[in-house]
Amino acid sequence: MGLLSKKDAKLITDPLADNNPITIQVLGICSALAITAELKASIVMSLAVLFVLAMGNVVISLMRNIIPPKIRIIVQLIVVAALVIIVDLVLKAYAYELSKTLSVFVGLIITNCIIMGRFEAFALANGPWRSFLDGIGNALGYAIILIIVGFFRELLGSGTLLGFKVLGDSIEKTGVYAYGYENNGFMLLAPMALITLGIIIWVQRSRNEALIEDN
Amino acid sequence: MAKNTESNVYTVLFATGMVLIVGTLLAFVSSSLKDKIAENKRIEKQQNILYAMGVNDNEEGSVNFVPKNKVAEEFSKYITKQFVITGMKAVEDNKAYLIDLKKEAAAAKDPNYKRRLPLFIGEKDNQEYYIIPVRGKGLWDAIWGYIALDKKLVIKGVYFDHAGETPGLGSNIKERFFMDDFEGEHIMNGDIFIGVTAAKGNADPKNLNKTDFKVDAIAGATITGDGLSAMLKKDLAMYIPYLKTLKQ
Repeated sequence: MGLLSKKDAKLITDPLADNNPITIQVLGICSALAITAELKASIVMSLAVLFVLAMGNVVISLMRNIIPPKIRIIVQLIVVAALVIIVDLVLKAYAYELSKTLSVFVGLIITNCIIMGRFEAFALANGPWRSFLDGIGNALGYAIILIIVGFFRELLGSGTLLGFKVLGDSIEKTGVYAYGYENNGFMLLAPMALITLGIIIWVQRSRNEALIEDN
Repeated sequence: MAKNTESNVYTVLFATGMVLIVGTLLAFVSSSLKDKIAENKRIEKQQNILYAMGVNDNEEGSVNFVPKNKVAEEFSKYITKQFVITGMKAVEDNKAYLIDLKKEAAAAKDPNYKRRLPLFIGEKDNQEYYIIPVRGKGLWDAIWGYIALDKKLVIKGVYFDHAGETPGLGSNIKERFFMDDFEGEHIMNGDIFIGVTAAKGNADPKNLNKTDFKVDAIAGATITGDGLSAMLKKDLAMYIPYLKTLKQ
């Protein structure tokens, strides 16, 4: 990456694997469970978080020297809420269909702990450009996990991907269903999201020695 | 310049300033976009009503409305009459589709209030449709829809939507596989109104039996489905006395 210095590039690449916000920092689990029953919702949520986290990080970073420490959490909350409301209103006015798909996620973004976590841990102590990169990196790390979980849950739970019937028709018994395969409805429920996530964490930890804690 | 950001005076001033700035900003954005948002909602309503009576751009498996720029023209072409029903009286009113069902339902809690019920009459390929708007509660938030009936009070098409049902579960009420199941379902058993229930159990997965008053429910969306069944039962029932007079 010629565009970014090595240190800056790490801000983007680190959260993708070794310091992933979901699997390592265990932030943002709630939304990872709630909306990953289908792939499309995972992607939309990832994009929404990408935008809010990058913008919010920059705003907080610009204000970092004037925020009174006693009320900094409330200030952070106001920044996220204001950003989300503005984005929602603009989408409703100029991209109504998109805003319909997003509607549910708006509330979830505000409560996403990754956002508050990054404001606290990074934006309050770093400049706007680095905060922006950190926001992008963490949102991408979040997106990867969401998309992996969404992929498996939709494929095994509904037999579709982005709504396309990739495994055949479960009612007409075509494709793999002709051989007696059945959708696993359990995949659509929240517990299986947690188990899928657990498997991802297990695979990641067993392949990366740096992450294995000695006890 | 070292500011004392710890002091109470500074904290209070900062909070006040921030509230003022953010409040003004949000109020400004909200009021400047208000008209555009209202217009989008009006167009969406027309698209939904047309969708229920089968005027849409549907392709295999996806939900497609008539395009935005054509909707006004199509709406006046296919929706021949709009009524506002109060009691057993119906008055023609071509703004009936703008009636806010939520406000009507709230006002109807007062026993002296005569609830206004909007009804749309559509005509396509020489067939008449009665299109009824419905509104109820899902798991998290409001759900609503439009039900198109033919002259025999058999469902010809539906459109459902929701404010915030769980993605991938309750939100599937607006997917084709669920909505299409309603086509051809009966809501009347002879002269008695029954409604349609989103029922569990897979006794009729292909939905071949159209007189069982049941469609296959969505797995993992029990409360949304129950809310939807209740909504159909409650809101359609209000129209039945009047629709019966039309039938004769």
